Amino acid sequence: MLKQIEGSKAVAEAIGLCRPEVICAYPISPQTHIVEALGEMVKSGELTPCEFINVESEFAAMSVAIGASAAGARAYTATASQGLLFMAEAVYNASGLGLPIVMTVANRAIGAPINIWNDHSDSLSQRDSGWMQLFAETNQEAVDLHIQAFRLAEELSMPIMVCMDGFILTHAFERVDIPSQQQVDAYLPPFEPRQVLDPAEPVSIGAMVGPEAFMEVRYLAHAKQMQALELIPQLAAEFKERFNRDSGGLVRTYCIEDAETVIIAMGSVLGTIKDTVDEMRAEGHKIGVLGIISYRPFPLEQVRRALLSCRRFLVLEKSLAVGMGGIVATDVRMAVTGAGLKGYTAIAGLGGRPILKSSLHALFRRAQAEALPPVTFLDLDWDVVNKQLARERTTRRSGPVAENILYDKGIVSAKFG
Amino acid sequence: MFQIRVHGRGGQGVVTAAEMLSVAAFEEGRHAQAFPSFGSERTGAPVVAFCRISDKEIRSREPVIEPDAVIIQDATLLHQIDIFAGLKPEGFVLLNSQRSLQELGLADLLKGRRPERFCTLPATELGLKHIGRPIPNVPLIAGFAALSGTIRLESVILAINEKFKGKVAKGNIAAAEEAYLLVGQMIQEAAKC
Repeated sequence: MLKQIEGSKAVAEAIGLCRPEVICAYPISPQTHIVEALGEMVKSGELTPCEFINVESEFAAMSVAIGASAAGARAYTATASQGLLFMAEAVYNASGLGLPIVMTVANRAIGAPINIWNDHSDSLSQRDSGWMQLFAETNQEAVDLHIQAFRLAEELSMPIMVCMDGFILTHAFERVDIPSQQQVDAYLPPFEPRQVLDPAEPVSIGAMVGPEAFMEVRYLAHAKQMQALELIPQLAAEFKERFNRDSGGLVRTYCIEDAETVIIAMGSVLGTIKDTVDEMRAEGHKIGVLGIISYRPFPLEQVRRALLSCRRFLVLEKSLAVGMGGIVATDVRMAVTGAGLKGYTAIAGLGGRPILKSSLHALFRRAQAEALPPVTFLDLDWDVVNKQLARERTTRRSGPVAENILYDKGIVSAKFG
Repeated sequence: MFQIRVHGRGGQGVVTAAEMLSVAAFEEGRHAQAFPSFGSERTGAPVVAFCRISDKEIRSREPVIEPDAVIIQDATLLHQIDIFAGLKPEGFVLLNSQRSLQELGLADLLKGRRPERFCTLPATELGLKHIGRPIPNVPLIAGFAALSGTIRLESVILAINEKFKGKVAKGNIAAAEEAYLLVGQMIQEAAKC
């Protein structure tokens, strides 16, 4: 049913349709509206049987999800930013134990400086945790990816993060087609765990594993993600058959057939990029887009195939490997090793900095002209950066960076007297 | 694509106004996208929300830079921020105030623009009268419907009924109807000048 609905509410409705049996979460912006709505659905009896467990922290949220999943329940949680970091140890345990938990990450920057706005630093910090990570471009896709995620997670017995841009998607009202319960039931069968704590057939889950077997357990986690590379397109194809919509898959291309320059990105910024590319196409520029939906597993082969006929590519990412450059860009460059393409990285939108079409136009033109440095910071205010650098050169006690920059920008007076 | 920017203060229903505009447009079978400016909102602090309306799918996620219309829920913001930044030459302005643009010292704004596209509306008073609370958002979106013709009053009423129930819905509908009427009269007079 078509609805004009807030992204968070739409995702909550989708989760409800997936019949989770245990939901445990600790509120953190911008994820809060999702679990609030689910809490209401459980309380009103709309979502039953389901237990909503208020926990005291994100560490507890993931720990409860682990317990619930090990006991055979379909378990769901959601978090963001510092919340994800706070649960990190349990995040690794969930995947190490092979428990098919689905978690929404309402992507948000990580402090310090404290910042509630969107970028991809949080889920990308858990890149090597063993969780799969799928990125939604729209709220429709966020809804659809959650439905696919439970299938994928339970088929492989591995956990998944469905990542959606905090505020930009979670707090946006837009048109979303919410499927019916019958449609979702036909696509997503009841959870049949591969391992379960069952008094009738007792097992332990979570054995200590020494040097004689640890590598094998780790390898199998990797092998499962390699299986996911096959399964994700299959599940997206089956989803399209049943729901009549293209959602999910590993990558999505746009206007790349004759493109000399390809822009690569993840998440909601792809919409703004496509609008920019349409305008540039109308002026005759041969430019296209490659959206990465599955960040983990990373579809090396599909990315390589999409880029092989272009001359240059630009990875625009909302994340920064400090001391190195791009995070997604590193993987993309790995995919095209030896292909002789020019590759550029643009770090954009950190901490919620708006990504403007006008800035993208200028950036993409410079990429086309091969006039970009290897790593660019989109719309960086060089004046305040240089001022702070000068301050540090000339003054030993140069003070706290964030406060200095806010002061220089005239946003708050950080100094007294 | 028609783009609207709503300014107000935390507690005035700025985000809700943008959301209800998007619902009204959706009820007319159009695509709409509403989103806040993502601040950490506090009562009384300046808040901005956006709404885009289009006959095609809306993909862009950038903030509205060049609005076709600006709705201002609190006239005291005029001294604090550049409310009219980026407003298109043919753009609409609806301001919550009991006073006219001339009385507010904003007559300069009308230079080179079409006077029937600028309007003030006593939206807080309409809220108090019909809902019993000084919330100007619903009268303003109904006034916007009259001012711009972008959405119909019936669609605004559908959005009200989706958001509110019972007495509150009824009061909001009465406020919307009066606002729609008032703005309609004002722009007719302005067009005569």
